[in-house]
Amino acid sequence: MSTYANKKGFGATLWDYLTTVDHKKIAILYLISGGLFFVIGGLEAMFIRIQLAIPNNDFVSAGFYNEILTMHGTTMIFLAAMPLVFAVMNAVVPLQIGARDVAFPFLNSLGFWLFFFGGVFLNLSWFLGGAPDAGWTSYASLSLHSEGHGIDFYVLGLQISGFGTLIAGINFLVTIINMRAPGMTYMRMPLFTWSTFVVSALILFAFPPLTVGLVLMMFDRMFGANFFDVAAGGNTIIWEHLFWIFGHPEVYILILPAFGIFSEIFATFSRKRLFGYSSMVFATVLIGFLGFMVWAHHMFTTGLGPIANAIFAVATMAIAVPTGIKIFNWIFTMWGGSVKFTVPMLYAVAFIPTFTMGGVTGIMLASAPADYQYHDSYFVVAHFHYVIVGGVVLGLLAGINFYWPKMFGTMLSEKLGQITFWTFLIGFHLTFFIQHFLGLMGMPRRVFTFLDDQGFNTGNMISTVGAFLMAFGVLVMVINIIITSVKNEKVGNDPWGDGRTLEWAIPSPPPFYNFKQLPLVRGLDPYWVEKMEGKKEMTPAEPLGDIHMPNSSILPLTIASGLFIAAFGALYHMDDKTWTLPIMIVGLLVTFGSMFIRSVKDDHGYHIHKEDLMDDKDKGGKA
Amino acid sequence: MKKRLHKWRLIALLGIVGLVLSGCGEPFLSALKPAGDVAQSQYDLLILSTLIMVLVIIVVIILFVVVILRFRRKEGDETIPKQIEGSHKLEIIWTVIPILLLIVLAVPTVVTTFDLADTKAMDKKDKDGKTKDALVVNVRANLYWWEFEYPDLGVVTSQDLVVPTDRKVYFNLTASDVKHSFWVPSVGGKMDTNTEGVNQFFLEFDGEKAEDSNNVFYGKCAELCGPSHALMDFKVITKSKSDFEAWTKDMKASKEPVVEGDLAKQGEDVFNQSCIGCHAVTPNDSRPEAARQAPNLATFGEREKVAGVLDHTEENVKKWIKDPEKYKPGNTMTGTYGELSDSDINALAAYLLELKVEDK
Amino acid sequence: MQTDERFTDATWPASPEKATLDGKNKYLGFWLFLGGETVLFASLFATYLALKDKVPNGDAALAKDLFELPLTFVATMLLLTSSLTSVYAMYHMKNNHFKQMQAWLVITVALGFGFLGLEIYEFNHYVHEFHHTFTSSAFGSAFYTLVGFHGGHVAFGLVWIISLMVRNAGRGLNLYNAPKFFVASLYWHFIDVVWVFIFTVVYLMGMVG
Repeated sequence: MSTYANKKGFGATLWDYLTTVDHKKIAILYLISGGLFFVIGGLEAMFIRIQLAIPNNDFVSAGFYNEILTMHGTTMIFLAAMPLVFAVMNAVVPLQIGARDVAFPFLNSLGFWLFFFGGVFLNLSWFLGGAPDAGWTSYASLSLHSEGHGIDFYVLGLQISGFGTLIAGINFLVTIINMRAPGMTYMRMPLFTWSTFVVSALILFAFPPLTVGLVLMMFDRMFGANFFDVAAGGNTIIWEHLFWIFGHPEVYILILPAFGIFSEIFATFSRKRLFGYSSMVFATVLIGFLGFMVWAHHMFTTGLGPIANAIFAVATMAIAVPTGIKIFNWIFTMWGGSVKFTVPMLYAVAFIPTFTMGGVTGIMLASAPADYQYHDSYFVVAHFHYVIVGGVVLGLLAGINFYWPKMFGTMLSEKLGQITFWTFLIGFHLTFFIQHFLGLMGMPRRVFTFLDDQGFNTGNMISTVGAFLMAFGVLVMVINIIITSVKNEKVGNDPWGDGRTLEWAIPSPPPFYNFKQLPLVRGLDPYWVEKMEGKKEMTPAEPLGDIHMPNSSILPLTIASGLFIAAFGALYHMDDKTWTLPIMIVGLLVTFGSMFIRSVKDDHGYHIHKEDLMDDKDKGGKA
Repeated sequence: MKKRLHKWRLIALLGIVGLVLSGCGEPFLSALKPAGDVAQSQYDLLILSTLIMVLVIIVVIILFVVVILRFRRKEGDETIPKQIEGSHKLEIIWTVIPILLLIVLAVPTVVTTFDLADTKAMDKKDKDGKTKDALVVNVRANLYWWEFEYPDLGVVTSQDLVVPTDRKVYFNLTASDVKHSFWVPSVGGKMDTNTEGVNQFFLEFDGEKAEDSNNVFYGKCAELCGPSHALMDFKVITKSKSDFEAWTKDMKASKEPVVEGDLAKQGEDVFNQSCIGCHAVTPNDSRPEAARQAPNLATFGEREKVAGVLDHTEENVKKWIKDPEKYKPGNTMTGTYGELSDSDINALAAYLLELKVEDK
Repeated sequence: MQTDERFTDATWPASPEKATLDGKNKYLGFWLFLGGETVLFASLFATYLALKDKVPNGDAALAKDLFELPLTFVATMLLLTSSLTSVYAMYHMKNNHFKQMQAWLVITVALGFGFLGLEIYEFNHYVHEFHHTFTSSAFGSAFYTLVGFHGGHVAFGLVWIISLMVRNAGRGLNLYNAPKFFVASLYWHFIDVVWVFIFTVVYLMGMVG
């Protein structure tokens, strides 16, 4: 096996990553590209806050501001939060359930490349005539009215990356159902695996409505259809429904993995099993289920009538119950524990009051008549940043700090991590707390400026100052990552010392086959169970044998790149250019040709032989 | 219901006086200074829900602080805490209590939802097809301007909505290009103006509160509608019952404007050449909606603001006509009237500022 | 695990599509994919129902003017029969009868082409007789999108089944390609079920007005 350990040149490493089907490397790809888009989205946020620092500012123009706000929302949700969530899922879930890879390694890679090309396509709009400017919700009347190709980039870019997400969702569902190690029953699965499971189901049912919405929008804009053209009988409210039937589950798709990460962190750093494990599982499933029943609370002011509004108001309030259960379970996990405040734990602890704030404003928003005041005001902006940043981003920062050693075999600096934590947290509250009041004082959201005499000056200034603090925190984090990577001090299996689940029983980073022998799971927190019995490693569930591994492939990249090429043809098709049709055909040929090759060329993978595994002592890998 | 809410309000005022003081905002714009029954009922719900939520937050914070202070790990402490599976008693408590709290909020929410959607009075018509005892205003939102039509009075106005105080005013809301949303924060929540269908709701403007804000409230567009979304403001001018009646009489009686002074007369000629295709100057505009492509200017001289956002001065009128794109990017007026000379613009401004209905 | 090994009737497992982990994963993953497809078509149905007969003016054709029972009935029968023949094909696949399986698949594909031909004729008819096009009204957009999405699925299914048949013609069944045949037939059934809904919601409900 020594060949695998050889140092490779840059070209070989690059080729390795372009063709990889290993979930751990795909996790790194997701992490890098998600991180990159997070920085881009963050820069857009800074532009917004600079523009709104003072009244009547002309730092950016009105039209450009709309492009920035649209791209900030779209990038953060689809191109930063989603891939970062997938990064952690890919890095951790197969390890947590004791699997050697996901169910469909090839599709896993395809999912990544679709996301990546979709995201690049969307961001190329900046250089090709302007970005989309109708908000991340892209409501139909405005998005049809919007000139230029911005909205077309939005539609096609999200369509491509949406396919990637759907594929990833199916992949995780099958992985978790079919690939668990012996003894890993459903009710022994770690909470992060559970939340991945529920989230994947949400993706499976939530993304198709978005796909349909985007298809209708694409047909209207590019091929002359009339879905949203009122004069021809169309109806723009259809878009609102389709978008939010997707959009509301989407926020749970983001927050549930964060809940999962925090559950792992609370248990680990309190040295205590998760309080009320089964009610936590139940609450996760219930939140996922209710997530589909409440979409119209985004449309209280659309004019659906009092019956619909009342039903959706009450249904929305119901979600507070399982969420509340979770909050209290986390607190009581720490209660009686031995709590160590590492950086991941700091994020987890700070998350509780922050997310509670965001949760309770959610309940306030659920009260439909009061929402007539909050809707589309800065109150809503404050609310969803409290749940998305206070929940999802804190969760991701916690998760990245927590799993960094497992992914890269080295620990991020605690000291720099604390600086990031405090500046980011304080900056966050400074930025967004005041926005609740700005909204109630009459400031609508998505405004590129405000007038001097309306009482918004102080609040906006405070908010901008906070945003700079957050940016500083992120900057320190980037420095931290660079320093850590340069130093590269290797750590062992369980660098935090209190690991409970399977991933901490194997080396950091794990060998490419994860487990030399599949582990036997004997309870919730299987590694902790073994540790408490004085053992250092898991009991194997099988004798040492050959391991079947999938082959690397460049085809996922070519399939995705074909769609990327075809999208340019579709985009410029409405300009009556002669080259658009050939481009579309070439792109689709690349995609379908690659799919055809994949389909007719047998790919049976390869085997690592027992003898090679036995030589592989120093790489550990023993379960 | 109402009574209990009032009691809640008392506690609220004591409890979160700091909160209210710090964030009250301007009386003509803030939802925290309700100036009418609709805004008041929404404000009551806000306070009720805030109280419940503050209660929840306090409980969470107390537990939270105790935990992070009491259960810190001491340096070098290697003891293993007891592994507790959970507690059914506790779990039932934190399931049931939130449900009860939510019911307390859900009941007034549902009641108010139906109360605020009660627009039956709009449907009662007399034999001429006019609304019997309700005042109805048709609001039509356009790219960066608002039109207010009083269908029963046969009067059309733009940008400044004139309403009587202390009675319900009913609205038909629609949009002619893209979706907008009609919002007067201090008087009540918003309702979208869709491109298809008509939304209906009502507001009530409190006479006493209106005086606090000099009988003017600020209205906003609350749905992203293009580059100048932020500038799509309008004003609400409140009048007592008798003043409002006088106003409607003036509006109905208004004929073609007669302007005085050479400059204004010269402006009238410019107007008739360059502007009249889109802008009307009499409030009794009986043309269909599609023909009314631009704000009605019959009361331009009495407006609160120029183009909704600029102070109402002659200088600003001139600036606006000279380069509307600069003040409202993406508006539909830019480039539709050719190049006007400075003297044309001076004349036009003089003419426009004389367009008044009331105080001639 | 030698997935390309040859089997005899005696060694061929009862559920060859689920005999390997890869097969099991494919089988489950495909069912889940069909779950997503269901939501996709549900969204298209909802859109169609919201926009049914929504046209810009009185001259435009409505559902009751367009649809004729005989044509769609024949199309429905073709597709339903093809679903049945694919069941026969899978029956023979489970019994390791490769030739019979291929034969039934050929019939399935032929019926599928028949259906597709009728659909193309039908669309052509609407466009030329009624000027009911994709761009003529919201109703037109919704109709062609829903029915066309289904037609696209049929076309894709045909290409898929044909390429499976051609690719494996020379080597017969094994545990590597058995799951592939099986999920392709699942897909074909799904297309059939969707058509039953289209037939009911679009055509039957359309004809009664």
